[in-house]
Amino acid sequence: MDSALIPEGVKRCPLWKFALGIIIVGVVLLWGVYAMFLCWFKGLNQTNMNDAYGFAIWIWADLAVIALGGGAFFTGFLRYIVGKDELKNIINCTIVIGFICYSSALLILAIDIGQPLRGWFIFWHANVHSMLTEVAFCLSCYFAVLTIEYLPLILENRQTDKIPFFHNLSHNLHEVMAVFAATGAFLSFFHQGSLGGVAGVLFGRPFAFREGVLIWPWTFFLFTWSAAAYGPCFSLLVTRIIEKITKKQLVKQNVIELLAKISGWMIATYIVAKIIDTWYWAAVTAPSNGFTLLDFYSGNALYGIWILVLEIVICGIVPACILITEKGRKNKLAFTTAIILGVVGVSLNRWVMVLQVMAVPVLPFESWNLYYPSWQEVATTVLPVAYGIILIMISYRYLPIFPQEKELNPIES
Amino acid sequence: MNKEHKDTKTKKFGMVIDLDLCTGCGACMVACMAENNVPFKEDESNKLDSITWMRVYKLTNGKSFPDTDICYIPRPCQHCGGIGDHGHSPCVSVCPATATDYDHETGIVSQIYTRCFGCRYCMAACPYHARYFNWWDPVWPGDMKESLSPNVSPRMRGVVEKCSFCFHRYQQAKDRAYANGRREIEENEYQTACTQACPAGAITFGDLNNPEHQVHKLVNPDPKHCGRPKNPKAFRLLERLQTNPKVYYISSREWVRRAGDNYIKNESKQIA
Repeated sequence: MDSALIPEGVKRCPLWKFALGIIIVGVVLLWGVYAMFLCWFKGLNQTNMNDAYGFAIWIWADLAVIALGGGAFFTGFLRYIVGKDELKNIINCTIVIGFICYSSALLILAIDIGQPLRGWFIFWHANVHSMLTEVAFCLSCYFAVLTIEYLPLILENRQTDKIPFFHNLSHNLHEVMAVFAATGAFLSFFHQGSLGGVAGVLFGRPFAFREGVLIWPWTFFLFTWSAAAYGPCFSLLVTRIIEKITKKQLVKQNVIELLAKISGWMIATYIVAKIIDTWYWAAVTAPSNGFTLLDFYSGNALYGIWILVLEIVICGIVPACILITEKGRKNKLAFTTAIILGVVGVSLNRWVMVLQVMAVPVLPFESWNLYYPSWQEVATTVLPVAYGIILIMISYRYLPIFPQEKELNPIES
Repeated sequence: MNKEHKDTKTKKFGMVIDLDLCTGCGACMVACMAENNVPFKEDESNKLDSITWMRVYKLTNGKSFPDTDICYIPRPCQHCGGIGDHGHSPCVSVCPATATDYDHETGIVSQIYTRCFGCRYCMAACPYHARYFNWWDPVWPGDMKESLSPNVSPRMRGVVEKCSFCFHRYQQAKDRAYANGRREIEENEYQTACTQACPAGAITFGDLNNPEHQVHKLVNPDPKHCGRPKNPKAFRLLERLQTNPKVYYISSREWVRRAGDNYIKNESKQIA
């Protein structure tokens, strides 16, 4: 029924199967939308946040999706600026993922603020000293860039491509895409960094605070670095999941391995920097404020030293070792394990830099604050996931996301 | 800045709380709530989402009877001057919409309720938990609405609020002084509600820059070290973070003074 919209030379599942999938995920989406409206109309009392836990699961989700969406800017940077031409075969997928992640991040922010109708104050009454102002400006601008990058992909749909104006527009956009990729990389450097700066500048919170260079704390650079390192892992993981579901190879192995290798080296260098940062923080910064490393990882039911080991060793050193070796990249199980660990690692880092920051007591006569989200918070956090799945399903079905699909899966006539 | 402002001396309003006098009665909390139209819930048992601009903490020395000792620490907003005491308070520097500001004329950290859009970044930045979010719309039972103070605007759901050092009283005092042809106000003309309500006289309020004011005499702030007290019995909460608060505490008990900051085990007692 919708065959006229499906790209030429590729096979898709029957419409009923596709529609059923959309409906199932759509129910989850509606659940999230319901919770979102509850938060908007009844206020943030629908959450389990409190005055000690002003930043909670949403801000973690926000930071995590932005880091995971980092594959878009970094792959664009590698493809258009560095000149890794093979990556043109996966870049469309990273752009769709980036678009989903960034639109989700903006939606989450719109739910998270207490007075959503005043959200524009961040631009109008901007405080140039605030990292959050930098986040808002760069995030909005980069989302606009991602929309421009996504647009030619939409215009390449079989039906829109037939219209000469759209065909030419799409062609011309492709021609100037390097400019947008460079702009995206520049903007991403700043907003990924400023998200790191959000925690790093908190000199009243010794767990988060880091020294740095000029106005930027070290977390500024670590966040950009980690997004560039781990973002491609998420792009590769999503590609793998789509391949599993469709039971097709969609991207050639050499492309996957190239991106994985670059990601591996980025993780390896990042984790060295992270270890140095952690050591300096534990040995110099925290003690100067009267804290030892173990003060941050003891005296509560959740945050033990295991979280540091999990983040740095298991989700940092291990995936780096796998991805930088050819043997590791070629072994399917090891490869899949590495990219999953990478995704967990960067998400865990963002968790620590948001939720653990709130949990650690600063006043000597206060104790740890532990928090669990309300169902409304869970539903609104799941909402972007459902939205992302639906957008990927639609994009995969109707748009030429994977240019090598036709060649790798010829249709027998 | 108009001429009038240039003609007045720069103030640094601050508070000194004598912890040896504080009995923990909570009168300061009640006075603060009444003065500033602070909203409350029907059930106030969950202190993590109730609003207390002034909050009294109870501390013990951890020893068993007969050596047990107790101390109450009233904690308003500390009106931090930030690193170097230049006005970059932990909260002011992070607010993305300039909804909280440092007044260099008075040293008071303000909160602009109509500009705050409720991102709560300032709350994350404040190590004293002195900032509160309005999780609910304020509800005033019965005729209580009629008894609200007309000098302080009630806050709406979704914004952050905090102690203002009763700034409206400063404005009123200035108005009165101007009407009388004076440019400066006297020490007793501007006092916070909690200061006046304290039955033990534990709270003193005034201009830390003015050597004639009691607060200055009590702590003797060192301008070379961002106002760190020269009085060995005085201390500020979390001094090591360099937030440079304008709320000072006095106690003759060493364990109380040490409880005001974090120390690594066996760290030199000299730091305290």
